[in-house]
Amino acid sequence: MLRFVLVRLLQSIPVLFTVITATFFLIRQAPGGPFDADKPVIPAVKRALEAKYNLDLPMWQQYLNYLGDLLRGDMGPSFKYPGWAVHDLILSGLPATAELALYALLVAIIVGVLAGVCAALKPNTAQDYIPMSVAMLGICMPTFLLGPLLVLVFGFWLNWLPISGWGDLPGDKIMPSITLGAAYAAYVARLTRGGMLDVMSQDYIRTARAKGLPERVVVFKHALRGGLIPTIAFLGPAFAGLLAGSFVVETIFQIPGLGRFYVQAAFNRDYTMILGTTIFLSTLIIFFNLLSDLLATWMNPKLRHQLRGQSV
Amino acid sequence: MALLSVRNLTTSFHTRNGVTTAVDDVSFELKKGEVLAIVGESGSGKSMCCYSVLGLVPSPPGKIESGTALFDGRDLLAMSAAELQSIRGTDIAMIFQDPMTCLNPFLTIGEQLIEPLVYNRQKTRHQAKYRAIELMRETGIDRPEQRFNSYPHEFSGGMRQRVMIAMALITEPKLLIADEPTTALDVTVQAQILSLILELQKTRDLAVIFVSHDLAVVRGLAHKVLVMKGGRVVERNATSNIFRSPQHAYTQQLLAAVPRGEKTSEDLSQSRTVLAVSKLNVSFLDRNSGKRLTAVDDVSFELQKNEILGLVGESGSGKSTIGRSILKLVPADSGQVHFAGRELLRLREREMRLLRPQLQMIFQDPYASLNPRRTVFDTLAEPLLYHGLAKRSNIEHQVLALMDDVGLARTAIRKYPHEFSGGQRQRIAIGRAISTRPELIIADEPVSALDVTIQKQILELIIQLVEKHSLSMLFISHDLAVVRSLCDRVMVLQRGRILEVNRTENLWSNPQHRYTQSLLESVPQIES
Amino acid sequence: MTVGNVIMDAEPGASLWADAWRRLKKNKLAVFGLLVLSVLIVIALLAPWIAPYGYEQQNLELGATPPSFAHWFGTDLFGRDMLTRVLYGGRVSLAVGLIATFVALVIGVTWGTIAGYLGGRTDAVMMRIVDALYALPFIIFIILLMVVFGRSVLLLFVAIGAVEWLTMARIVRAQVLSIRNQEFVEAARAMGLSTPHILAKHVVPNSLGPIIVYATLTVPQVMLLEAFLSFLGLGIQPPQSSWGLLISHGANVMEDSPWLLIFPGLALSLTLFALNFLGDGLRDALDPRVSKD
Repeated sequence: MLRFVLVRLLQSIPVLFTVITATFFLIRQAPGGPFDADKPVIPAVKRALEAKYNLDLPMWQQYLNYLGDLLRGDMGPSFKYPGWAVHDLILSGLPATAELALYALLVAIIVGVLAGVCAALKPNTAQDYIPMSVAMLGICMPTFLLGPLLVLVFGFWLNWLPISGWGDLPGDKIMPSITLGAAYAAYVARLTRGGMLDVMSQDYIRTARAKGLPERVVVFKHALRGGLIPTIAFLGPAFAGLLAGSFVVETIFQIPGLGRFYVQAAFNRDYTMILGTTIFLSTLIIFFNLLSDLLATWMNPKLRHQLRGQSV
Repeated sequence: MALLSVRNLTTSFHTRNGVTTAVDDVSFELKKGEVLAIVGESGSGKSMCCYSVLGLVPSPPGKIESGTALFDGRDLLAMSAAELQSIRGTDIAMIFQDPMTCLNPFLTIGEQLIEPLVYNRQKTRHQAKYRAIELMRETGIDRPEQRFNSYPHEFSGGMRQRVMIAMALITEPKLLIADEPTTALDVTVQAQILSLILELQKTRDLAVIFVSHDLAVVRGLAHKVLVMKGGRVVERNATSNIFRSPQHAYTQQLLAAVPRGEKTSEDLSQSRTVLAVSKLNVSFLDRNSGKRLTAVDDVSFELQKNEILGLVGESGSGKSTIGRSILKLVPADSGQVHFAGRELLRLREREMRLLRPQLQMIFQDPYASLNPRRTVFDTLAEPLLYHGLAKRSNIEHQVLALMDDVGLARTAIRKYPHEFSGGQRQRIAIGRAISTRPELIIADEPVSALDVTIQKQILELIIQLVEKHSLSMLFISHDLAVVRSLCDRVMVLQRGRILEVNRTENLWSNPQHRYTQSLLESVPQIES
Repeated sequence: MTVGNVIMDAEPGASLWADAWRRLKKNKLAVFGLLVLSVLIVIALLAPWIAPYGYEQQNLELGATPPSFAHWFGTDLFGRDMLTRVLYGGRVSLAVGLIATFVALVIGVTWGTIAGYLGGRTDAVMMRIVDALYALPFIIFIILLMVVFGRSVLLLFVAIGAVEWLTMARIVRAQVLSIRNQEFVEAARAMGLSTPHILAKHVVPNSLGPIIVYATLTVPQVMLLEAFLSFLGLGIQPPQSSWGLLISHGANVMEDSPWLLIFPGLALSLTLFALNFLGDGLRDALDPRVSKD
């Protein structure tokens, strides 16, 4: 187990390194720098600022400096928010984003798995068509459309739920979580249905029935394990999507999260902030991919031996 | 009184393409301690009979249209799902054909074994485990305490079938339904499983319904036999009568189709050597362990002109690999293969390609060996045109002649493989193999996927073509009866090594190796 | 009976494609999807001729008005006709969807076929590259790219295509690999046919099904991605428009002028519906497991 995780962590180092390097050089290729924004700055002041943040050094030296700082856990100061360190900014935005992504993931898993299992139990009947049509609707209704529509209906017309904020008013976390989770609930539902249908047609399900097991045992004990494997494998990529989607949801509901920082920083050419956020988000995504891989491997007895580390 | 009495059972499937009747007005009776065999070819409805009785027919599309099935005086077909489920878990048990797919790969063997006791007999897990280990021992699974916590993939096919049997018997059912329980197993394992079933049946005075396509298997086992065709019962009788004096034409046909007798081989030792294989070695890299596994181990043999040489072995013995490596479809590690004056293993692919028309292959699965997107014409014309053996102007003549040769209707020339039955597809594949007038054909289990009556027709076709075109053939098979009836000489293969080679009559009358002896003893006989 | 007669009398066979088409036609939702899609594409192509107003034609005095007889979809804050803007926006959205998918298709099919057929070490290296790229958090990168390099449509195509080809390459490779190991390909090799001949006649025709299906399902994903970027202000640049951008603008004023959100939203959702239904229908129609019975 430990060895499997270690090997996978080692494998993700070059990926992370690629991310850092690509981002570092990419943003510096962009037209404009952090200090030529809206109002014109006096050249001398600009030079002084650039010297302060070491932007006057050759590119490779800046790069090596940055890598060195990063190894010491220092993401540098923000260019746009003087006096703030990047990791402080990230930490200030993280709770809201993390909570939002987590709730959305819960919505996706609970709603999606339930709907998918229901549909797979009675394929090609109303019990299948209705949840699957709703799922199709969920997939075809993008976050940035669903969010405003929910706000319009439940916020303005019905006046049931607050239309913005995070943790300020009771119930203000409901709409953002549903908005973000809906599309993934739909994907999870389709994957679960497909996985369950696949498994339910297996010979060993017939064996379980022939043994006289109650249907609930057949479904939840015998079928669900195999049927959920595609869904679990999807959770890693889904988490990446959720993080990106949270940018939109944070914009719609005016939630002070990481996503808004990120887009703002990119527009402002706040180099250290972009780098810091990119690295942070990438690490999160890589970590979740690892987690979902680990889970999928552990779920399958034929692969489980890999976790014990006899062979890599 | 009968334990199970089925009357006028009719089951049909309602699909988009219409209604098909799978079981058509079937009736039968079974007493305590009696063994009934239901015999028929694929699609005869023999399995569906049993599924109907147990309420295991997938529904929709399946529907039981009419009939009664009295078990201990209660009608199974009129029961609620819950009642039927509790009967399945206690009084009637079932085992299935393929033990590889019938056990849940996600649960341990032990967990699956104790489930019927835990859910239907309200036993504690501890009691159930004790009973399960007892039964594992009784069904011949060694070290049951340790293996209780193993997963199915850690068991061989035969061992899994033992687990299936233990699982079926754990609630002490009155009736056991066995659906082709030995079809997926090697012949020596089949013999063990059959004797295990027979022994358990006797000690427990079980009633057994034994579903099979193989008359020879049924013969030593059943008290009475039901022969089915197209969903209907065509004949029912005591086992001895069925074999002594079959009444219905179809039963006679089935019995006649079982390969029997022995080819009276001519002495071909003086004729020309067509193929000479020496010291052939093939190994594969095993992905799981990272080790190289030997598949073919120092194999040498010769094949004479006009000879049909049998290559017999159980699954995993490397017999297919030998055929494929001769054709260079699988790379060999070392050795020599002499054919048509050349050493094939040293040839480049380009040179080999020119030789291939003389050296053809027939594959096992006619469903997989034909390109589904090409018509019969495309398939048969392709090698002829590619190798310049026919001109475009008269290609149709040649293709039609080939179709005549292998017994395909000329009008089917524009049809696609999926529009044919398995036997017809194999005819197309054979037509393709002989199209280039090869000198040698390697036939890899060419009749194993076919029903016995179709198998007979294809074997006759092969014999006829071998004579007509004076072919030589390496005939790879696991089926000893087929090999005996067809081949001049036979090689016995075990774990990649050839144990013995002999003229067919000598091998059967005087097998030298112990493995050969056990193979021959394991084959169920149709005649005493 | 002469040969000619036999050929004439031959029973017509039904190819798997013909079978698939027959099954697809039975699937009402898929036919509906195909129909909607065809209509949308035709309308988008003909937009300059059928749009009731000019694309840039403003009417500041009119301002935002709800749907009316003169303006079926209402007008936006500048008094521009929404129907016209939705029609033009559809051109961009559909173009992005189709072209980016095509880019992904070309790269993915080439990469996947080479890796799958050559196998061995080449395959291992090529697929390792795909795996590594997969691990990159692409969505973040695209956002970065669009921010950094400005919002050009061309870059959008390339960026989206660059992400989507990865999955395409995997699917194609898996397909080619499974076809390559099928007995009929082995039979073709045993027959002495050359590699290019086998690829052309046996491998490629049999791997088309899943590729087509996946391509159909990629188009809506790509359109979503474009709309997503446009919504964040990273996609198409005004005054050009796409459905995503229209939705984004509509969302800002939804309380006062909900039609500015609803109509482009409907247009996008309808298209995504149509494409998904068609893709699902194609998958069922081309599924070899279904065609066996």
